[in-house]
Parts: sequence; C-alpha cells; structure tokens
Amino acid sequence: MFDLDRWQEIFQTISKNKLRTALSGFTIAFAILLFTLLFGIGNGLKHTFEKNFAGDSENSVYINSGRTTKPYKGLQSGRQIQFRNDDSKFLNEKFENEIQFFSPSIQRFNVQATYKGEQNRYTIRGVYPDYQPLESAVIQEGRFLSYLDIERRSKVVAIGRMVEKDLFGGYSALGKNINLEGISYKVIGVFNDPGGDNDERFIYAPFSTIQGVYKENDEVDMFGLTYNSKLSADQALAFSNLLTIMLKEKHKVDPRDQSAIRVYNYAEGTKNVQQFMMVLNVIILFIGIGTLVAGIIGISNIMVYIVKERTKEMGIRKALGATPKSIISMIMLESVFITAIAGYSGLLIGVFALKAIGNGLEEYWIVNPSVETYVVIGATIVLIIAGTIAGYIPAKRAAEIKPIEALNDE
Amino acid sequence: MIKIEKLHKSYPIGKDSLHVLKGLDLHIKEGEFVSIMGSSGSGKSTLLNIVGLLDVHDEGYYYLNGQLIENLDEKKAAILRNKFLGFIFQSFNLITYKNALENVALPLYYQGMGRKERQKIALQYLDKVGLKDRADHLPSELSGGEKQRVAVARALVTNPKVILADEPTGALDSITSHSVMELLKEINREGMTVFVITHEEDIAEETDRIVRLKDGVIISDEKTNNKNNIKVSV
Repeated sequence: MFDLDRWQEIFQTISKNKLRTALSGFTIAFAILLFTLLFGIGNGLKHTFEKNFAGDSENSVYINSGRTTKPYKGLQSGRQIQFRNDDSKFLNEKFENEIQFFSPSIQRFNVQATYKGEQNRYTIRGVYPDYQPLESAVIQEGRFLSYLDIERRSKVVAIGRMVEKDLFGGYSALGKNINLEGISYKVIGVFNDPGGDNDERFIYAPFSTIQGVYKENDEVDMFGLTYNSKLSADQALAFSNLLTIMLKEKHKVDPRDQSAIRVYNYAEGTKNVQQFMMVLNVIILFIGIGTLVAGIIGISNIMVYIVKERTKEMGIRKALGATPKSIISMIMLESVFITAIAGYSGLLIGVFALKAIGNGLEEYWIVNPSVETYVVIGATIVLIIAGTIAGYIPAKRAAEIKPIEALNDE
Repeated sequence: MIKIEKLHKSYPIGKDSLHVLKGLDLHIKEGEFVSIMGSSGSGKSTLLNIVGLLDVHDEGYYYLNGQLIENLDEKKAAILRNKFLGFIFQSFNLITYKNALENVALPLYYQGMGRKERQKIALQYLDKVGLKDRADHLPSELSGGEKQRVAVARALVTNPKVILADEPTGALDSITSHSVMELLKEINREGMTVFVITHEEDIAEETDRIVRLKDGVIISDEKTNNKNNIKVSV
C-alpha cells in the first residue's frame, strides 16, 4: 500500500503549489477550529448548568412549614404549623418503601463561630447522618455524624471546607474545638460539596444536640428526604403529592393551603433542567454539524477548482501513460493528506485555545470549555471521509475527461 | 508500424454530426519520417488524436505495431500510449511546477520505474537534446526552443515505437523551428518512426514523405527529395 514513489509525487505537488495547498488547508483547519471552539464553548455552557444543579441529590424532597392562610375545620387562618419529632416517625412509617434517606433538620442562621480569636458567622444545622447523601456532601477528612452521636447528644460538628479555611487558616480543624455561641463543639469531620462554596459554609451537628440547645421539646424546622431512585419522575411527583396531602391532614391544614406546608420536590426542577440540557445538546450538535458541513462544502469547492485548474496537467499525464486509476488515487491521496493534516492542526489549535480560555469566561456562564476525545476523533474521521469524497468526485471526472479535451483546455 | 484502413470519424455538433475523416487509408512503415499537411479543418489533428490513442475512431481499422486497436478502455490506451508512443505538442505541455529533469522522467514514473533509475535515464535524454545543464530549470526558466527540446526528450525517454508531433514548431521562430526539425531528423536517422503534423510547407519539406489532407480525405501522398526523388502519386 505504501508506495514511496507515489508519496514523493504527492509531496512534490503539494510543496510546489503552496498557495493552493495553503488555501484548501486553511479552509479545513478553520472549519475544524470553529467546530472545536463552538463545541467546546457549548460544552462550557453545559458544564455551568450541570454545576449549578448538581448541588443536591436529584431525587430529594424538602418539606417546610409556615402559617396557614385558610381557616379549616374550625381553626383560624394565620396559625403557625410546627413540625415535631412524631412527624418524623409518621413519615417514616407511612412511606417506608418510598423513602431512601430521611433526616429532620433544625437550622440556625448567623451563628457566631470562634476558634482562637478567628471568628465568623455560619448557618448551623442539626441533622441525622442521612443528611450527608441528601446534600451530596463528601467527607474529605474525618467522618460525618453518626447515630451514636444523635443518641448521646454529643457536642460534635462536621464543618464545611470553607469554614475550615476561614477559621483554621491552612491547618486541619480535625479534633479541634470550636465555640458556637458559647458552647464548645469538637470537629469530627470536614466535608466538601459539589454545590460550591455556599454549601461548604455549613456546620452540621447532631439533630438531638441542636434540638436540645435551640428548640423547646421536640420541635423540628424541616424535613429532607430522598426517595427510592427507581421511581420515575411521575411516580416521584405522585409520592410527594400524597405525602403533602397526608401531612396536611395530620396538621389540620386545608388541602388547598399552599403556605402552611410546603413540599419542594426536585423532580420538577430536574425535569426542566433535563429538558433544557437536551435542547442545549441539540443546539450544540446542530452548530457542530453545521460547521462541519460548511467545511466539507468548502473543501469540495476547492477540490473542484483544483481539479479544474489541473485539467491540462491531467491531460499531459494521461498522454504520457497515466491510467485513470493513477489520476484518481493521486488527487484523492493529496486531498486526504491535506484534509487530515489541516484538520488535525485546526483541532490542536482549537483544543489549545480552549485550554487557554480555561475558566476565564466563567462570568459569561462558560465553565471549563472542552471537547471530549471521542468527539475529537469522530470529527477527524468525518473530515477524512469528507476529504475522500470531496476528492473522489472531481478526481473521477478528471480521470474520465478525454486527454485531448484536457490538452486543449487553456 | 501504423496501418489505417477506411477510417471514419464524426463529431456530433448539436443534432447534426460533422464528418471529419472520410475513409482514410494510410500505411506508415517503421523508420519513416512522415508529415501530414493540411489546413485547419482538414482533419489532420483528428487523425493524430486517433493515431495517438487520445481519441477513438468510429469505423475502419487501425493497427499499431501490428496490433488491432479496438474496444480500447482508458487503462489499456494509457498503457499502449506509454509503451509505444511519444508525444510532442505545439504548446510543449510541460508540467509547470516540475523541472526539466522531472518532466522528462514522468513517463518512466508511469512505467513504475524507480526514482533513481528514472532520473538517470532522463538525464541521458536531456543530454541527447543538449540540455543536460538545464536539468533543474523550471519550464518558465527555459526558452521556447529549449522547452520543445525538453518535450522531445520526454517523448523519447520511454524508447517508444513512434514519435507523434503535433505542430511541433507552431510556437517557435524559424531558426528554432529549424533546429527542432534537425533534432527530429537525427532521431529518425537513429531508426525512430516520426509522424509530424503541420500546416507549414517548409516544415513538411524537411520530412521524407508528405501526406496531404483536405476535407477528411488524402489528396496526395508523396516522397520528398530528401532521401530520393521518387514521387508517388495516389
């Protein structure tokens, strides 16, 4: 297959016709460069959305309470609904099969935290160990809260990465004691959160401990849970609707009251985000294919022009004994060679440009613009195939033209 | 070497067809130096194209080197051209981006000969036409006469059976024309069959045999006095 002589002939043609080579090479390189950049930037947009919606488990449900807005069963409106520990028990018993992780939560904002003179204000949450998967928090050092901590009402906390950074500088917070409004807690773990910096400014303590410190008796602020991930989006919505109805019933809230008990199911949001992502994917695909098609048309035009320009040369070659096959293979190898080299350089430039951009365009919602390896390889293959086809059609025509007509071509 | 019997060729022009060659009979023996004379439209170029396997005839028989030419596809024609025929054109038809040596070596490339051997042989033929020192010049750096000498070397390089020259001096001044004709004569003296097409009387006079063509028929076929004075009338 590899015929040194043939390649020497091709290299000579390419190098002796620099303008022509540069022109067709530029078209291809530019098309691929654009393709890579657009694709990369599209992916950057995608990454932004993924990042913004990746903060919490996709199958999570949060339940909050508020004041009633409608009178119901002889009760006046404006009544504050208060969740209690028995609501935890109620939900877990009623929805044993649907619930995967469950945690009641008590939340205090702007709690002053102090460590050796460093101080700052954070949100402190009293939760169950199940809260960790709910928030998608990842322990990077130590451990998260345990049921033993809940049972013993231990004064321990798991702190976010940003809390550690603020209060402990570059040092590890593990095993140190921090002071939260006059009470000393031992740091048992440091976590990070894919949801970003804000989610890493939380302090988690055992639910029972916080309930004892900040609440009377058995009051609960809210519930967080994840449902069995086998449920479809529709099943999940049906589950949360039923849950809402039952909770309203239990607390004597009008079923139409939207503010006394609020259930937020991420499934709704997830559905929208997924649809949006799909549209974005289609747009990216469309742009990518469009650019490639433009490049293919460009190279085809140039090939037609090149073959036209070389008609006479083809005639000479044929008169000297070139077979149609040798003409076709010469033009095609040339075309494939230029396409592959130029396409690859366009790709390299594009990938490096994307690397250089990096996260510099974050404020325009473009995070880590990049192209996947399979896209890169796919585009190159498409180009080589396109180069072959773009070369083949005019090459075949050139090979079929009668040498005498070619020679008379001026 | 070349034998033509009742050769017909027409070209379609719109709905009509133009009958260019009307039953030619011609026999050229090995080692002859023949010219075809005729004004434009006489069919001489068409004849050369058919003889040169650049075009196909409609009717009649054409034997090249004893081989009947029929049902010729492009590939077979290309191989026969490469093996038996050497072309010299009015407009030289050198490849512009190849130097003299590479132009001469090109037919050998299509024979599948290796690069070094190609160049060695090509250089011998360039030497033969007196252009050895111009081997690395591009056609644009050569004079008209030099270009045609390169073309002659290229036609000779495969050691063909017949040299076909289509108005070889048409683009040259009279002095250069004469020297190119001298070169062709010398080649002929070495035994090569040379077939020249021209419309210039004095060029035709330099060959050994003149075939006159008019409106697609041969009107005369006579020996010139270059070798002997015998005139043959048809």
